[in-house]
Amino acid sequence: MPTVEIPKEKWNGKVREVKIGATKEEGGSRTKTITIGGEATLPFLHFENTIPHAPALAIEIKDRKPADWSPLLYEAWGDAMNDPAAWAKAAEASGADLIVLTLSVATKPDEAKATVRKVLNATGLPLAVFGPGQAEKDNELIVPVAEEAKGEKLLIGVCEDKNYRTIVAAAMANDHLVTSKTPMDVNLAKQLVILIHDMGMPLERIVMDPTTGALGYGIEYGYSVMERLRLAALQGDSMTQQPMIVTPGEEAWKAKESKVGEGVPESWGEWKKRAIYWETLTATPLIHAGADVVVLRHPESLKKVKGMINALMSKGN
Amino acid sequence: MALTGLQIYKLLPQTNCKECGHPTCLAFAMKLAAKQAELAGCPYVTPEAKAQLESASAPPIRLVTVSNNGTKIEEGNETVMFRHEKTFYHRAALMIRLKDDDPALQEKISKADSYIVDYVGIKLGVDGFAIEATADATKFVEAIKVTRSATKKPLILIAADSAAMAEGAKEAGDKPLLYAADESNWQKMAELAKSLKTPLAVKAASLEKLAELTESIKKLGVEDLVLDPMMNGHLDSLSALTQIRRLAIKKNFRALGYPVITFPNDEVLAAQHVAKYSSFVVLDDFDPAMMYALLALRQNIYTDPQKPIQVLPGLYEINSPKPDSPVFVTTNFSITYFAVNNEVEGSGLQGWLLVADAEGMSVLTAWAAGKFDADRIAKAVKTTGIESKVNHKKIIIPGQVAVLSGELEESLPGWQIMVGPKEAVDLPAYVKTMWKN
Ligand code: B12
Ligand code: SF4
Repeated sequence: MPTVEIPKEKWNGKVREVKIGATKEEGGSRTKTITIGGEATLPFLHFENTIPHAPALAIEIKDRKPADWSPLLYEAWGDAMNDPAAWAKAAEASGADLIVLTLSVATKPDEAKATVRKVLNATGLPLAVFGPGQAEKDNELIVPVAEEAKGEKLLIGVCEDKNYRTIVAAAMANDHLVTSKTPMDVNLAKQLVILIHDMGMPLERIVMDPTTGALGYGIEYGYSVMERLRLAALQGDSMTQQPMIVTPGEEAWKAKESKVGEGVPESWGEWKKRAIYWETLTATPLIHAGADVVVLRHPESLKKVKGMINALMSKGN
Repeated sequence: MALTGLQIYKLLPQTNCKECGHPTCLAFAMKLAAKQAELAGCPYVTPEAKAQLESASAPPIRLVTVSNNGTKIEEGNETVMFRHEKTFYHRAALMIRLKDDDPALQEKISKADSYIVDYVGIKLGVDGFAIEATADATKFVEAIKVTRSATKKPLILIAADSAAMAEGAKEAGDKPLLYAADESNWQKMAELAKSLKTPLAVKAASLEKLAELTESIKKLGVEDLVLDPMMNGHLDSLSALTQIRRLAIKKNFRALGYPVITFPNDEVLAAQHVAKYSSFVVLDDFDPAMMYALLALRQNIYTDPQKPIQVLPGLYEINSPKPDSPVFVTTNFSITYFAVNNEVEGSGLQGWLLVADAEGMSVLTAWAAGKFDADRIAKAVKTTGIESKVNHKKIIIPGQVAVLSGELEESLPGWQIMVGPKEAVDLPAYVKTMWKN
């Protein structure tokens, strides 16, 4: 028989480990924390090197019932969507490893604080809190949230190249972590990590968001940028060694394929199935490209993606 | 793996006789390495050297073709591990497997065969079918006849018995893929594939066994092979397929330098196989929703990362527009163009779609990159002659670039700039309420 030597790469670097959430002993109130990163090889290549942690799955909830989400998401979460605490509980029950709470433009700072407190009380899972993605509003909401939840090791954002200082400062002062978000570009991703780190934020508290498009709407750009970032990390480029968070849920549910059931070609198939496929098939390639935190919206997608991750991490069997 | 100039030089006569038209053997070797010369240029290469050079220049993953009636599925010939390194060339085939005792065989095949979905103007569908023998040759042959009456697409024939395979292949069309040779039947299967000049799948549960089989089969003269490492779980298949691809591309390991076939049992595993190195992805069910999602994923993974899919800039007519129909402005990124076009067309509205040259970028990307600004839009208005085709002076711009309206009014004096909705889905409703002439 020909001998087949298993081809292994020798990597010089690995992804940094980042821990989200703090227990009571650690100065917070979480009953569970989550550690991501630490991979010393490409996704799930256990034959090559160690992968200490599975990618974490998050469910995104909003502080107020969103007006423009797909009817299928209203169907999935029901009345829980009227109350972030109930929604967080439902998300936890669906099997999420952490909760991502996104705040709305219409929200006032005091409301944001109260909501975060309620969500922290409702679930023991680690929590990420993001502003609506508009510089001024993000700062206005995230700073008080950071203070309110001091010590909880929240993952907070949105830190983008034009607006990161205020949020990073709030995270440093109150013992939180930040996401560093850049539009699908290796160098931009790297630069922003450097800038945030230069402010004094330890690298163990930065998660990169390289952004993505949905399946059919530019996912290939996000996919390749993530693959390139991960290869750079393994090759030893220090400022690309942050774990990565991606939001396939948000992207996939923006797509018409998930959003609407009527007036679409018959060849698109049954709406609900298609919508779930759109979300799982946006998430799946991104997980294979190196995602460490995957933010989803529908509980059924979470279940399916979790099945895949469990299978990919069960190396002993 | 291509040889370097120096490696090639070592195989040449090294007499510098110049008959190849180059001053030295080394110069000729350099040209060969750069693919600017043909080996035939040197009359003195030994047959051994020739064989060595030819095998070294063969693609690391063999190109295998399965075909029928003019429809071809070409797989293999990939050169990279990651799409950004160059591109993935031969899009994974998505096929449907059916058993020969399925009472609804014909109906199922017809339904899947006629399936067509439009993704950014490209018509996509199921690539072919795999028919599996469950009992004797008679039933198998019957099922293949039924299949052939319902589809012209290429087939995979699944049978362990080479006699049944031989019978079935007679009815299967030009070049079916025979699945599969294994430890017990490989000689007969190889003889059959050789006589039919058709590709053969080879299955074994370890890479060593698989390599041993392909070597043995190759010695019998069959070279168009497809590998089944028989790993159908998420983790096993990822490991095996990555190893096969690496061995072929990075180690030039010929015994595994063939495309791979997998049989994923759900859409998540199928998606993994599309992204990570399967060439024939054979599904057990045909479900339009799942097929559309997988086809879209496959298109995305296999697009050339160097050039965005784009349409030609210019003026497009939707539903035979009239002079009083609205004018919409968008970019020439295919996804963007079709998003807008499909909404307007599907709603039955008439309109002029003015596609600006935004270098193939989406609305916001192009705007952020300075490729979709007032100047470019104004240029599109002027060069397409839209002015002479309509009896009004109004254009509707995408809501995402509302900020451009001020500048545009300056660049297009006399024109009224209307800001449309942010998403194309809302365009028909917008036109119905806002477009009054
Ligand atoms: C894919 C993508 C890319 C790809 C490019 C793909 C391409 N060929 O265009 C790549 C990776 C190359 C890229 C690069 C950049 N990108 Co980019 N990219 C995206 C992404 C993820 C998706 C864009 C997309 O394809 N959308 C789908 C298409 C169909 O949307 P669309 O064109 O807008 O069309 C919709 C609507 O506008 C509407 N519509 C379209 N036409 C019309 C017409 C009318 C009349 C109406 C009414 C409606 C309408 O209908 C469509 C469907 O609803 C977005 C973020 C996101 N998730 O949306 C960022 C995004 C657009 N990019 C952004 C940026 C900043 C960039 C860069 C400048 C980054 C950089 N500094 O390098 C570069 C610029 C490019 C360059 N210099 O080469 C920013 C723009 C920020 C802003 N608001 O200005 C975004 C929003 C990301 C972000 N949040 O920061 N990007
Ligand atoms: S013809 Fe052959 S032997 Fe002569 S110089 Fe060219 S390569 Fe060398």
